[in-house]
Amino acid sequence: MARIIVEVMLKPEILDPQGAAIAAALPRLGFSDITSVRQGKRFEIEFEGAATPEKIAEVERAAELLLANLVIENYTVRVNE
Amino acid sequence: MTLDTVQAAGMDPDHEQPYSALGLKEDEYLRIKEILGRRPTSSELAMYSVMWSEHCSYKSSKVHLRQFGEKQPKTDALLVGIGENAGVVDVGQGYAVTFKIESHNHPSFVEPYQGAATGVGGIVRDILTMGARPVAVMDPLRFGAADAPDTKRVLPGVVAGIGGYGNCLGLPNIGGEIVFDPTYAGNPLVNALCIGVMRHGDIKLAKASGVGNLVVLFGAKTGGDGIGGVSVLASESFDATRPSKRPSVQVGDPFVEKVLIECCLEIFAEDLVIGIQDLGGAGLSCATSELASAGTGGMHVVLDRVPLRDATLVPEEILMSESQERMCAVVEPVKLDRFLEICSKWDVTATVIGEVNDSTRLTVEWQNQIIVDVPPRTVAHEGPVYQRPFAEPADQKQMQADEPTSIVRPVTGEQLRQTLLDLISSPNLADKSWVTDQYDKYVQGNTVLAQPEDSGMIRIDEETGLGVAVSTDVNARWCRLDPYEGARLALAESYRNVATTGAKPLAVTNCLNFGSPEDPAVMWQFERAVTGLADACLELGLPVTGGNVSFYNQTGEVAILPTPVVGVLGVIADVEKRTPMAFSESGLELYLLGETRNDFAGSEWANIHGHLGGMPPRADLDHERRLANVLISAGGEGILAAAHDLSDGGLAVTLAEMSMKKMVGANISIEGDPFIALFSETPGRVLVALTKQNSEKFLALAKAEQISVKHLGTTGGPALVVTDQFVIPLDLLKTTHQETFPALFSGSR
Amino acid sequence: MRIGVVTFPGSLDDRDAARAIRMAGGEAVSLWHNDHSLNNVDGVVLPGGFSYGDYLRCGAIARFAPIMSEIAIQAKAGMPLLGICNGFQILCESHLLPGALTRNSDLHFLCRDQELIIENNSTLWTSDYSVGQHITIPLKNGEGSYQCDDQTLAMLEAEGRIVARYAGENPNGSRNSIAGITNERGNIVGLMPHPEHAIENLTGPSEDGLAFFTSILKKLVS
Repeated sequence: MARIIVEVMLKPEILDPQGAAIAAALPRLGFSDITSVRQGKRFEIEFEGAATPEKIAEVERAAELLLANLVIENYTVRVNE
Repeated sequence: MTLDTVQAAGMDPDHEQPYSALGLKEDEYLRIKEILGRRPTSSELAMYSVMWSEHCSYKSSKVHLRQFGEKQPKTDALLVGIGENAGVVDVGQGYAVTFKIESHNHPSFVEPYQGAATGVGGIVRDILTMGARPVAVMDPLRFGAADAPDTKRVLPGVVAGIGGYGNCLGLPNIGGEIVFDPTYAGNPLVNALCIGVMRHGDIKLAKASGVGNLVVLFGAKTGGDGIGGVSVLASESFDATRPSKRPSVQVGDPFVEKVLIECCLEIFAEDLVIGIQDLGGAGLSCATSELASAGTGGMHVVLDRVPLRDATLVPEEILMSESQERMCAVVEPVKLDRFLEICSKWDVTATVIGEVNDSTRLTVEWQNQIIVDVPPRTVAHEGPVYQRPFAEPADQKQMQADEPTSIVRPVTGEQLRQTLLDLISSPNLADKSWVTDQYDKYVQGNTVLAQPEDSGMIRIDEETGLGVAVSTDVNARWCRLDPYEGARLALAESYRNVATTGAKPLAVTNCLNFGSPEDPAVMWQFERAVTGLADACLELGLPVTGGNVSFYNQTGEVAILPTPVVGVLGVIADVEKRTPMAFSESGLELYLLGETRNDFAGSEWANIHGHLGGMPPRADLDHERRLANVLISAGGEGILAAAHDLSDGGLAVTLAEMSMKKMVGANISIEGDPFIALFSETPGRVLVALTKQNSEKFLALAKAEQISVKHLGTTGGPALVVTDQFVIPLDLLKTTHQETFPALFSGSR
Repeated sequence: MRIGVVTFPGSLDDRDAARAIRMAGGEAVSLWHNDHSLNNVDGVVLPGGFSYGDYLRCGAIARFAPIMSEIAIQAKAGMPLLGICNGFQILCESHLLPGALTRNSDLHFLCRDQELIIENNSTLWTSDYSVGQHITIPLKNGEGSYQCDDQTLAMLEAEGRIVARYAGENPNGSRNSIAGITNERGNIVGLMPHPEHAIENLTGPSEDGLAFFTSILKKLVS
């Protein structure tokens, strides 16, 4: 069984108010020196068989079509060994 | 772990069982053995422990709540009374309205967002199971001191949860309360009310009858949510010395509930169910035992058929799970296909899990073995009944004697002016938009009045303009000083708020929030409050249709203020005739209805000075009835431009609220002691604004009902002017009013 | 004149949009997300709500509903299409309109009576307004911040495709205070605030929203 991880993040130029809120909260818990927090999503996609290049390409298509909104988000795809 | 079956239970009667850890007393455990004629299986023990917990069985409150039935006034308006999921009232034109209020207090302290969200989800399902389309929600909320650090954790989470769930369901939030008091610090109160509308013929009840009829579980799949949540959370208070409990909290999905609502309404429209019950506290244990108990026979359930989200759950956990958004219906075999078809259309999981039979028992099997075989009545309706001892608290008389005379009263105009500014900026009276802007009040397009109006009002019929209004109120400080009178005053205020908007009060619901019933002082408060409310409802001719009791709101020795929230529902023939609270134009005449006396015990003024003591005012229900008649008649004749009742902060605050909404000021003169005139909290008073032309008619109506009327002045101008006392520009009033909440809560997540 | 209103699982303001259409004098036709046929309607409204619970992203799943394929075809051929709130989100996810709607900048759901300035009255849905007209209609959402890249923004401004802008303080962080936009042709309009909740003074802040629905009916008749 194979597992492919897709991570989706807002494009750097898009305002991330959730990340900003988290960055503001962390110092209150004692974390200093944090200059930025950005929040994203992680998808774990499992299927039978090996993670062939074809399968990876399929997942990339899924990322482009559904998992990420390319207007405002970027994505990365990698195989989870 | 080997399966504990009925057969096994019959063979080892002395097997040790953890009944105490599950919250059962020894005599209760022995009673179960007596009922069954053997020891219970672990599944049966789980069922009884949850169903006999305080939250589910009302064991400490039943003996007192009986009064609502015993003292029920005769009324034709009540279509379904206490005992069902919610009460149903006839509002005319063939419409029936169901409404109810419930608490979800302890979960909201543990996980504010989900606790509040699932509280909304639960009450909405109760309304749905009556056969109604839910049309509105309201939320009376109470928190610890506004500036306490934990309040900054709890309040924003609760508000976000109510908004997040209610908005997604498409239910307008039309009112509620937000009150702060240190006694709620470890025990916030999240009470959720829901209103539903249907035609008379649509009413559904929760009973399983008809041998051979099928029991269908539909909605979300079952997981490990809130296992033991009910009995653990509701029946135990939080103890500061022990590590904080972290039971699995229920997590809600409003989208699943939204499609469940649409699915159910289509099912109801085609008359496909005999009975229906929602799965709330105690999950399947509750739904199956209640359906069977209320029905005519018995029920057999095959637990293996329950669709699971988590395959590792054991049968006891499946029975006790409080996974949200699930319903249980009794369906005739010939109607099953169509039922399942509608569920499929809405992508709602639906499974036949059992059947109604004539055995008079509730039996549950797992892997072909019987693990539950009980008489359902003993689980659902014949739980323990306690006669908890109650006694007036040792400090009661002393508190009642401690009138707020030690506090220095404002005397000069400048001091009176400052007192008003202090009051309207205090957390209890400050502008609540920071909260209410997070709620959708427009969805469904029938909201006629919403916060901060005196009552929330919903249009029911677009053609005729028929509508209903609901208000929830209680002054818990008055209840602490005199719980009997405080409960009467709560009813009076809710009743008055409904009448002020022009609706005729019809029925009552209540959410009784108290400390530990094991404390005789708390039990005394409860007994007094219930008796006061029951007596008052009888006097005013309003039936109590149902409600909720929440005990154990206590951290260590400190119980919350006794907080019996009273909700009143009223009907209005034409919502166009409703009376809003804001001054809409200059030149309107202002009249104060009702007498003012020196009433400051338990007042908001005393509160901001840190004082709680004295005797609260006495409710005069005959006066309230006549006052309501004046407001309803005048409203119906369209002669009131605005009306607002007087409560916290007295006349000055009422005037401020009426003028700030549309920024139309007022110019008034007062007589006698200005402090009393402006800030006393004597009940039974309303301020009205009307045109000069309508004054005569209005005065005649008031005279006919023997309600005293005093002309105070007129509306108009950019300020609130109290002759010979002070002038406050509306801009200043508004900023002072609006600053408090953002300063306290913006920036908290 | 028949205007279809689509119901997705989780749609909320579909019945309110239907009421607005009726009040404007049209016939509201209910359309089901899973159907392919548009039932010969003259125009379509994608209503507000939380289709699919806003799972993944608002409108991300609804855009793949069977009925959306037919709607996209017809809209590209000129059929009038109005997306309100969640509907606007679905139009952006479908790429029928450019840009995207993101979380309100202060992270809270916000329901308020919002003043807007109508900037384009040559769309099929706004012809009953005048350019520069101020209207007050309810804004109620948690994800209403309109975002797009600089190029898209410049194009929208240059081509006059901003239909409405927030007046006064920007309530949610939308670029250039954009509250609503249209496509090149002017038949597809996306709007975050809710005109269907401002059609009678009894239940709304004004009657300013009705003109969205009277505009289209007049356009269809002529």
